Amino acid sequence: MIQTFSILVENQPGVLTRVAGLFGRRGFNIQSLAVGVTQDPTLSRMTVVVDGDDRVLEQVKKQLDKLVNVLKVSVLEGPEAISRELALVRVYAPPSQRAAIQQLADIFRARIVDVARRSLVVEVTGDQDKVAAMMSLLAEFGIIEVVRTGRIAMARGGRQVGGKAMCNAQSKGGTHDGEGLLRRGRGSRAPAGVQGGCLGVREPRERAGAKPEG
Amino acid sequence: MRGREAIWDSLIDLGVETVFGYPGGAVISLYDAMPTAIHHVLVRHEQGAAMAADGYARATGRLGVCVATSGPGALNLVSGLANAFLDSVPVLAITGQVSTAQLGRDAFQETDVFGATMSLTKHNYLVNRVDDLPRVLNEAAYIAQAGRKGPVLVDVPRDVMDAEVPEGADSTPRLPGYRPRQRGHPAQMERAARTLAAAGRPVILAGGGVKWSGASPLLVRLAQKTGAPVATTLMGLGTMPAGHPLFLGMMGMHGTPAANGAVQECDVLLALGVRFSDRVTGARESFAPSAQIIHVDVDPAELGKNVPAHIPIVGDIRHVLEDLLPLVPEKRHDEWVSRVNSMKRPGADDGTAVRTIMALAAATEGLARSDDLIVVTDVGQHQMWVAQHYPFYHPGTLITSGGLGAMGYGLPAAVGAALGCPRKTVVLVTGDGSLQMNVQELATVVQERLPVKIVLLDNTSLGMVRQWQEMFFGGNLVAVSLRGPDWVALARAYGLAAWRAGSPTEVEDGLASLLRNPGPGLLHCPVPPEENVLPMVPPGESISRIIVESRGGAT
Ligand SMILES: Cc1ncc(C[n+]2csc(CCOP(=O)(O)OP(=O)(O)O)c2C)c(N)n1
Repeated sequence: MIQTFSILVENQPGVLTRVAGLFGRRGFNIQSLAVGVTQDPTLSRMTVVVDGDDRVLEQVKKQLDKLVNVLKVSVLEGPEAISRELALVRVYAPPSQRAAIQQLADIFRARIVDVARRSLVVEVTGDQDKVAAMMSLLAEFGIIEVVRTGRIAMARGGRQVGGKAMCNAQSKGGTHDGEGLLRRGRGSRAPAGVQGGCLGVREPRERAGAKPEG
Repeated sequence: MRGREAIWDSLIDLGVETVFGYPGGAVISLYDAMPTAIHHVLVRHEQGAAMAADGYARATGRLGVCVATSGPGALNLVSGLANAFLDSVPVLAITGQVSTAQLGRDAFQETDVFGATMSLTKHNYLVNRVDDLPRVLNEAAYIAQAGRKGPVLVDVPRDVMDAEVPEGADSTPRLPGYRPRQRGHPAQMERAARTLAAAGRPVILAGGGVKWSGASPLLVRLAQKTGAPVATTLMGLGTMPAGHPLFLGMMGMHGTPAANGAVQECDVLLALGVRFSDRVTGARESFAPSAQIIHVDVDPAELGKNVPAHIPIVGDIRHVLEDLLPLVPEKRHDEWVSRVNSMKRPGADDGTAVRTIMALAAATEGLARSDDLIVVTDVGQHQMWVAQHYPFYHPGTLITSGGLGAMGYGLPAAVGAALGCPRKTVVLVTGDGSLQMNVQELATVVQERLPVKIVLLDNTSLGMVRQWQEMFFGGNLVAVSLRGPDWVALARAYGLAAWRAGSPTEVEDGLASLLRNPGPGLLHCPVPPEENVLPMVPPGESISRIIVESRGGAT
């Protein structure tokens, strides 16, 4: 079973090593891990996607809880959670294919963020399924390079995953739907998961050649 | 006040009197600032410092402290810290580090001690700012001693030791992510009480957690009230007094047939402060097959880790038992108790080694009963012979390396115990392999004038490994034969009194001399190399598959 853990940690040196080391030592299987600072600069949030049976997933939670620098561990699941990943995909794109790719990008609300003579860089944001669907369609054009973030996730509704409410954007009741997040994520700043450095486990860390957006 | 003074100040505020250590470049300034109120014990190897701090902590129940320099010094602590971690012992290690300007440049004697010890300490710190130092020391000491105890390491760069601590640096611990739970959940306690009340064949399994929480008297009362017989783990020996009619002995790989049999047949197992290690459970699938398991531990991560817990209870054992005792009805299980007692066997093995342990038990019985004795062991056959045959009447009177099984632990641990409990007699039972692993600490024993009594069971081999080779590797004996030194001469060279005991009467006389002699001494007891520890459960098999006799007599 695959489960997403949202871990609120003290923003201190060594915390990432502690968490990653724990997974390594206990043989827990990480699919992705994303870290970013929260609205409170002394705290960071890690989103870790783990594959394991019930016993393993329970141990993951308990062993994480046991770390002194970990404040709170929550499981974000199913429709209760909004989850997002971001991928930058460099696709083979001779001028004759550009329009087709652009069209595809529009359907997925993805964006073309860099254009070179024979390739494009597409930025796609969404839940796992959406990113996977986009990738398989882009594969038909020929994918040259992929860089992905790990998953980040947040509970729906007013529920907060630990920590003090500090920033009104988060504690303002009501629901933030996926679109809202998506739109904010499209601003000039990358989503929080990327800022703090991300350890995408599925894809090796690569240097993306994309130019910064204008 | 500078960082180095703040370290000592904090230690003194924490009530630390004794520190085990070894100086070097990165801690010279720390040593320079050492106040006279601290008794520093100069060990002969940093592993000895960590293990002595551990022995001190186990003997006193207080924080054990060790100090080492950067690089090789700090790395020499590692086995000792791992040992304290696996047996949940409160140890604080302070290590010097190269200065912050040098960090990351592979400076002389720079090693990543923070990284190296992360997975084998309860928590660790690299202190980069002197402002943090007083708070970090308080946090470290608190974490080491709170909840499930364990070692904490604080790595301090030289320039941080030398920097001025700003006025009013806050030393209050800030640990928002660490809140160990004391009391068990009331609903779970009710369920546990009902399950115990309905049990027909209950058994209590007591581990090291009972000792650390000071719950031994409550354990005895609970056993008496519920009528449940008690087995212990190696770490739990002493929490239920030897000779008590409800005491079954140690369970596990070298457990008694009664303890293993009772656990396998019970319908309710109340497990207190145990972590169900493989040495206890044997094959997990066939462990206690018909039992409802009530598992109590202060560390929630232990519940369900190795063995499923039907009723998990998070809490300090003492608090949980205080709350549980009034909830359980008075019961007797005469038939069940006589059934498990019928599984008890008189010591089938009466070899030289076991007879020596029995002679030691006889010679020290008075001291052991009045809680004036601590038995320390090393690791191997002699350790298991002590666990099986020496009667422990009080919690904490056996000090031994359980989870890590670290040879070489015995002598430094005895040093720590003797310093922590000067009024108790400290007896170290060791083997010729283990003693050589930290033999240099004989010098510490003499320099500190510690009256440690060493009983050396010399089977001229790495006995436990030899036993496995004989039993499970077709008798192919490889790399287990030891040609020892002249032990009596060696001990005397260090300044101990020493005797050799080649016959049973010499053992008796030798033990009498060893115990009567006011200073440290060593009794060299030659033992035939072929003696085995029995009963034994073959590794990885069900604990029902217990071998009780030497010649393949599996039952
Ligand atoms: C540091 C370390 N190295 C190796 C071992 C593996 N080992 C376990 S028992 C043992 C033999 C111990 O020999 P000795 O101290 O003479 O005790 P005996 O078994 O003969 O009583 C060995 C090598 C260990 N436990 N610890």
